[in-house]
Amino acid sequence: MESVGKSMKRVDARGKVTGEARYANDLKPKNCLTAKVVHATIANGRVLSIDTSEAEKVPGVVKIVTCFDVPDIEFPTAGHPWSVEPAHQDIADRKLLNERVRLYGDDIAAIVGTDNVACERAERLLKISYEEYDPIVTVDQALAPGATPLHPNLRKDNVLLHTSFRSGELTYEEAKEKAAEEYGADQLLEHSAVYQTARIAHCHIESATSWAYVDTNGKVTVTSSTQIPHIMRRVISQALGWPVGKIRVIKPYIGGGFGNKQDVLYEPLNAFLTIACGGRPVELEISREECMASTRTRHAVRGEVKALFTRDGKLLARTMDEYSNGGAYASHGHAITASIATIFKDLYHDEYGCRSDATTVYTSSATAGAMRAYGVPQAVFIADCLADDICQAGGFDPLKFRMDNCVGAGFSASNGITYYSYSMKECMRRGAEAIGWEEKRKAYAGQTGSVRHGVGMSIFMYKVGVHPISLETSSARMILNQDGSMQVELSATEIGQGADTVFTQMASEITGITPDRVYIISTQDTDLAPFDTGAYASRQTFVTGKAVKKCGIEFRKKILDYASYMLDRPAEELMIWQNQICEKLPEDESAKIDPAAAWADFPDVDFKPFELKDLPNGEDSILRDTGNIEGKPGKVLLDMKDLAQTAFYSLSRSEHITAEVTSHCKENSFASGCSFVDLTVDMPLGKVKINRIINVHDSGRLINPQLAQAQVHGGMAMGIGYALSEELLYDAKGRPLNDNLLDFKIPTSMDIPDLETIFLELDDPMGPFGNKALGEPPVISVAPAIRNAILNATGVAMNELPMTPQRLVEAFREKGLI
Amino acid sequence: MLQIINMYVNGRREELAVDIRESLLETLREKLNLTSVKKGCGVGECGACTVLVDGVAVDACLYLTMWADGKHILTTEGLKTPTGELNPIQQAFVDEAAVQCGFCTPGLIMTAVELMGKGRRYTREELRKEIAGHLCRCTGYENILNALEKVLGYPKEKEG
Ligand code: FES
Ligand code: FES
Repeated sequence: MESVGKSMKRVDARGKVTGEARYANDLKPKNCLTAKVVHATIANGRVLSIDTSEAEKVPGVVKIVTCFDVPDIEFPTAGHPWSVEPAHQDIADRKLLNERVRLYGDDIAAIVGTDNVACERAERLLKISYEEYDPIVTVDQALAPGATPLHPNLRKDNVLLHTSFRSGELTYEEAKEKAAEEYGADQLLEHSAVYQTARIAHCHIESATSWAYVDTNGKVTVTSSTQIPHIMRRVISQALGWPVGKIRVIKPYIGGGFGNKQDVLYEPLNAFLTIACGGRPVELEISREECMASTRTRHAVRGEVKALFTRDGKLLARTMDEYSNGGAYASHGHAITASIATIFKDLYHDEYGCRSDATTVYTSSATAGAMRAYGVPQAVFIADCLADDICQAGGFDPLKFRMDNCVGAGFSASNGITYYSYSMKECMRRGAEAIGWEEKRKAYAGQTGSVRHGVGMSIFMYKVGVHPISLETSSARMILNQDGSMQVELSATEIGQGADTVFTQMASEITGITPDRVYIISTQDTDLAPFDTGAYASRQTFVTGKAVKKCGIEFRKKILDYASYMLDRPAEELMIWQNQICEKLPEDESAKIDPAAAWADFPDVDFKPFELKDLPNGEDSILRDTGNIEGKPGKVLLDMKDLAQTAFYSLSRSEHITAEVTSHCKENSFASGCSFVDLTVDMPLGKVKINRIINVHDSGRLINPQLAQAQVHGGMAMGIGYALSEELLYDAKGRPLNDNLLDFKIPTSMDIPDLETIFLELDDPMGPFGNKALGEPPVISVAPAIRNAILNATGVAMNELPMTPQRLVEAFREKGLI
Repeated sequence: MLQIINMYVNGRREELAVDIRESLLETLREKLNLTSVKKGCGVGECGACTVLVDGVAVDACLYLTMWADGKHILTTEGLKTPTGELNPIQQAFVDEAAVQCGFCTPGLIMTAVELMGKGRRYTREELRKEIAGHLCRCTGYENILNALEKVLGYPKEKEG
């Protein structure tokens, strides 16, 4: 391949290092009004009245709207593709401003003024009276008999949804009986435990921000820091009760999202406020504190688990009862909690089966939503703490236990998602070798003293996109310029992960136009950009990548058709090679690589045979197309520039060469990998020092190895924070205690060691370039690997995240180690 | 209350009427349209707003514009040569893939420029300390440190 697989520099790097790249707030006009959201100071109750009379007198105040002034419309906020089936639609459970207060900091009014000082002064003069109910901050409080239902019209209790998943026919008790018969009761061991993960904030360094105005064509136009411009357009339309065509969303560069901006946050309110101010531009940039306490968070999850296994380390059955704190509003609803339960079940193979029950609970605390890897970090924390606790109880080696019991090649989930290429065990092998697993496990056995060393690991699997759970669609447009260069327009979004760069590489690969002449339009404007649902899951290189490929094939065909006309030669004899139309010579058969053959010597690496012909409508030929590799360039016949000039201005056949396609992706696959950690625990200080950390990934073929590695670094750092320091805390009244970057501890450069990465580049037949998920997976297995290394070092099982010095010291004390 | 101040911003003299409560972050962004100066928190926690005041890196969100009277301010906009070549730090950030979302980038680059001004070399561990006031949620700092080491570190021994 010419472009794909190369470490091309980011197309946006120059704009970003010069500070010229514009983010939402950099684009606002000079005369912009400022909006401030007024937040409730109770956690559960009702606003009885808001007296705005004094506040309105503050000079500079333009408009005050309260929860009594907004449309009586409840709307959903999740960045999911809309479902046309009512039963599958996202839960609509909030208004623009809410009279019913469901969390401390709920949005109850908004003030628009000429500057923030005026807004803040006015806020202090509002007279607000409440009716107050008991806060229900925790899952247990919300489920307790007599707890006030937060959404009585939707749910009689605070259970948003409960679902049950299982593999195998037997219940746990039946499995136990059967196992006693087959293996003998004395051969069986059991372990049960409760694991708890923490609620954390995304902490993208750019807050959630937008500004809006009503344009001369009557459209409310919102420029927002979002991952999902087209979905946002639909949600604003639902929230305002305006037709979609009257809403326009513009997404420029964004300063990180990590899933928080896969939700529609304050943009509908921003749209409402500009309308309320006669269409004047209004900015709504929330503070860091509001961003942490009033947008979305990662679900805090409790997993109550049980496992049955044999004395020689065979996993027989597991159960999990999972309770997930969903916060005050549904956001992504039950989807994340369900994803936790399914991955817990699927990551290991239980001989008799596994049951996992998932319950999402409404509580009066910050709403939980999407965050990098969509519940799977929680699932894997629970599954892999359990795996190591089983090993501890049975005296098994954690690497061997995982090799023997982890999800196997050819696995197909109950919804059909399949491991098309599989290398979980080879990933483990590479990681173990790199960290020196055998030697370290030996060396670290039987330590005494207060400073101890440990080595630990964890594995993960991750589905690439969301098919068949919801719609996967993407469209792309390509346009030829007079100089033979091209534009690519997509609604898949660049959110820092490098999407614009890899799409540039893909477009170049397929069209034969060199990357320096491929101009990707980074800004999405929903009035112009073709439809795509945006950046979430780890879908874009897979799903949008396929749309780019499909579009490129069509674009290439149109160029070659025109070349055929100019050169009077059949198009089939031509190809585009580095901006030139060349003769196409037959491909060197010997140069073709069979992806499976390259891995033939690796016993656990698997390429699941599959039938491309089963794929709908010509999608097979898209996946099969290998760009310009399918021919060899011969004599140069025509420069693309001359072709383009002629196509634009020919008096006999003028044609603007463009292509536009939709690709409906009906495939999915699993990516996988693992983390290995070597660390030192200073027990009296409760201090963990990571000596080495290695992530191994099978994300299929890498489109850009340097950016892939960078993506993994970021995920690993986030995983370290998740393991050791991050937790949003609340007091009993539901007030956030550390909603700022000083007290909520995301890692600094001092907290992160050098980060090591290993990739196994297996071609996945379902990926447009053999690629599969990479964006989210790096975060998943880090925290459990650290936890398991602490277990190895000290023998202490830390069952709650984060493993802060306080918690560690307490646990070591309890065990009498210090 | 407005007061007139004079400061040199990226080499150019600016005479401005500023509110005495105004932060340098606000002045640079709102009045001079220097939007490389990013706001990540507004209260000195993240380092995204870092600029140089007389060669010293400060959080512009914590620095009153009034204090800048008569001083020289440098922002990322002022780093390119007049003909558009990147500063070595900027180039190293590009080459080492030290940029992802890019929101922390201008601030980090300004701290690096401050270090360049000191005319000495740094170990990787020293660089870790020097940039600990900058939060980056995307990169895990690995490639940022690689970029900084390239320009500010000790020359690497040639392999082989
Ligand atoms: S904005 Fe100045 S330190 Fe965060
Ligand atoms: S690159 Fe996104 S915060 Fe640093």
